[in-house]
Amino acid sequence: MPFALKFPVPRVDQVGVEERSVKFTKRSIKNDAKSEGLKMAVSMMDLTTLEGADSKGKVTHLCRKARQPMQAKYHCPPCAAVCVYPNQVPHAVKELEGSGIPVASVATGFPSGQYPLKLRLADVKDAVNSGASEIDMVISRGTFLEGGLAEVFDEIAAVKEACGKAHLKVIFETGELQTYDNVRLVSQLSIEAGADFIKTSTGKVSPAATLPVTLVMVETVRDHYLATGRKIGVKPAGGIRTAKQALQYLVMVKETVGNDWLTPELFRFGASSLLGDVELQLAKFVDGNYQSADYFSNG
Amino acid sequence: MSQAKPQLKFEDGWDYAPAPESTPVPLKSKYELFINGKFVAPKNGRYFRSVNPATGKQLARIAKAETVDVNAAVRSARRAYEKIWGPMPGSERGKYLFRIARIIQEKARELAILESMDGGKPIKESRDVDLPLAAAHFFYYAGWADKLDYAFPGKSPDPVGVAGQVIPWNFPLLMAAWKIAPALACGNTVVLKPAETTSVTAIHLAEIFDEAGLPPGVVNIVTGAGEIGAAVVGHPDVDKVAFTGSTEVGKRIAAAAVGTRKKLTLELGGKAANIVFEDAPMEQAVEGVINGIYFNQGHVCCAGSRLLLQESIHDDFVERLERRIETLRVGDPLDKNTDIGAINSKQQLGRITKLIGAGIDEGAQLHTSSADLPDEGFWCRPSFFTGVSASHRIAREEIFGPVLSVMTFRTPAEAVARANDTCYGLSAGIWTDKGSRIFKMANQIKAGVIWGNTFNKFDPTSPFGGFKESGFGREGGVQGLLPYVRL
Repeated sequence: MPFALKFPVPRVDQVGVEERSVKFTKRSIKNDAKSEGLKMAVSMMDLTTLEGADSKGKVTHLCRKARQPMQAKYHCPPCAAVCVYPNQVPHAVKELEGSGIPVASVATGFPSGQYPLKLRLADVKDAVNSGASEIDMVISRGTFLEGGLAEVFDEIAAVKEACGKAHLKVIFETGELQTYDNVRLVSQLSIEAGADFIKTSTGKVSPAATLPVTLVMVETVRDHYLATGRKIGVKPAGGIRTAKQALQYLVMVKETVGNDWLTPELFRFGASSLLGDVELQLAKFVDGNYQSADYFSNG
Repeated sequence: MSQAKPQLKFEDGWDYAPAPESTPVPLKSKYELFINGKFVAPKNGRYFRSVNPATGKQLARIAKAETVDVNAAVRSARRAYEKIWGPMPGSERGKYLFRIARIIQEKARELAILESMDGGKPIKESRDVDLPLAAAHFFYYAGWADKLDYAFPGKSPDPVGVAGQVIPWNFPLLMAAWKIAPALACGNTVVLKPAETTSVTAIHLAEIFDEAGLPPGVVNIVTGAGEIGAAVVGHPDVDKVAFTGSTEVGKRIAAAAVGTRKKLTLELGGKAANIVFEDAPMEQAVEGVINGIYFNQGHVCCAGSRLLLQESIHDDFVERLERRIETLRVGDPLDKNTDIGAINSKQQLGRITKLIGAGIDEGAQLHTSSADLPDEGFWCRPSFFTGVSASHRIAREEIFGPVLSVMTFRTPAEAVARANDTCYGLSAGIWTDKGSRIFKMANQIKAGVIWGNTFNKFDPTSPFGGFKESGFGREGGVQGLLPYVRL
């Protein structure tokens, strides 16, 4: 490897990491633990819409949903952020004014990243100037797979600089990197290049987030924290659709890196359909029985 | 910069609510012997207590067999062997075994709960490991019953006769399946003696045999302490002896079998080395080491109880282990989130405690989790020793508890030498990213089962057994048929 990272990148055994992930799914989360966990999941949710068809109206719906996902009687906290394309940032900022909920914007030629660097940096600056306080960038997977680690490192560092005060989330698109060794390597590389958050996927490629992939990322974050004291966040995105899955991720985080990471500052879900299922579950705690999905508003 | 070293916090904050398995199980207050297809009281009418190790309280009363009962069991097995089971075509025997396997699957949940109540192992292990594997063994050997001619080409395999089988308390139902399934598949009949502290599920298995319509006498179960096991294996009309348990008892059984016509297989103790190289997949190696020693509270004969670390990774790996044992949940075996259950018996807890004391006395450093232990019952926190040298008792004797001994090595040759520096030879684990090294070392380590980048993997198709004082003969796979046939 021509590019030397500061900290070691241990190898990952595929069978072992997948086996470990299955064990997290065997935890039984009931009663208070379940309702508390689900509320925490909502507070960690980056409510997301990333469609070509996104309009101001759609973004308005989403922002209102993020402010108050459920009726007051369910005591459901607001979401962590609203994640949109750069064009929708000004509108989302306006809609979320006074709520304290940040606007996250995808940038750097999302979702492919296949644009010249200067355009990608302009994309970032534009989103930041429009009021985005979190930037979700995509790395150049092609360059990474070619072995251009130094280039990827420099790009992340340049984007971080362009972000200014905005938080930087680095999206790997792990479905395209394929191996866990690649995930561990790119995680460490991004952290050293200045990422505040590392994120699995754009949601445009399948498979998106999986439990074992996210576990490898959380393990990287943990080892980096223990070595340096610096806390990096992790965001699985795409493919998390059920309340049960969300709880499995929280179990994994809790048992891998400890309770300090169970906060929206350090763990997020990128999801568009997860909230609906969580709402059904949360409502059951108050109402005593499951309601039809028709009783809950879409974002 | 004098900054405090970063620490992970596993306490406080979000935690799992208790998730106990409900227990609508058909637990009886009294368990009888199973002889000649009937549940019968012991001739002397005496019973002993079986204790739930998680509470220390009585779970049930178990029939205390004596020699007269063993004689009846062997007589019944002999009759069934000669009149029914021996002459029966393999295809017919297979049908019974398939039926038994299916009923085990149907009753898996209640059997898993009973296993955890009686033995103290966490419900997630009895549910996800013991029961599925027990059923799988019956399915696997059911398939062999009518294909024995193909297992031994050119030979005509005949059954041996009456098998006397004595099994341990660490995997009560699973060990019964390991012993009974190949014996029956080959046309033998059985007298089984479960361990004194864990007889309950064996009798429930007898009910399953009954439900499956297994002819009377094909399997007989006598319960009691060690002397009843000795009576079973020492009975002159027993043709084949199979024992799983301690090396000490195994030696006595071997001595008693000398000069008799009995075929003998022994599966005894172990002190397996788990060898981790610096290029190992580190996270997975930690998990493998944890699983290797703390699975079933360390009550596993093939447990990876000696950890051999390459010197360059020793400190880092030890820190990883320290952090990891903090996340192991110790407590109620019936809680679905429990990782470490109760120690099987007061006696066993005493042995573990004594050896931990020996480790401390000999100068090794004890690391232990800070888990709270329940007030009642028998418990031991997951623990490991560093600074262990090869001559320490904790490096040589089988502890059979959740206690790991950590040592170091510098080169592959030294790792092999250290791994083989034991009277046992049941299993070993090798962790490295270099596949060729795994194969080379596997040829040099004297152990019956060697796992590469994993540990404690069991499958009915794979033979299991020991080198040296870990015993002889194999269970599982086509090799597992061999002790039960005459060629």
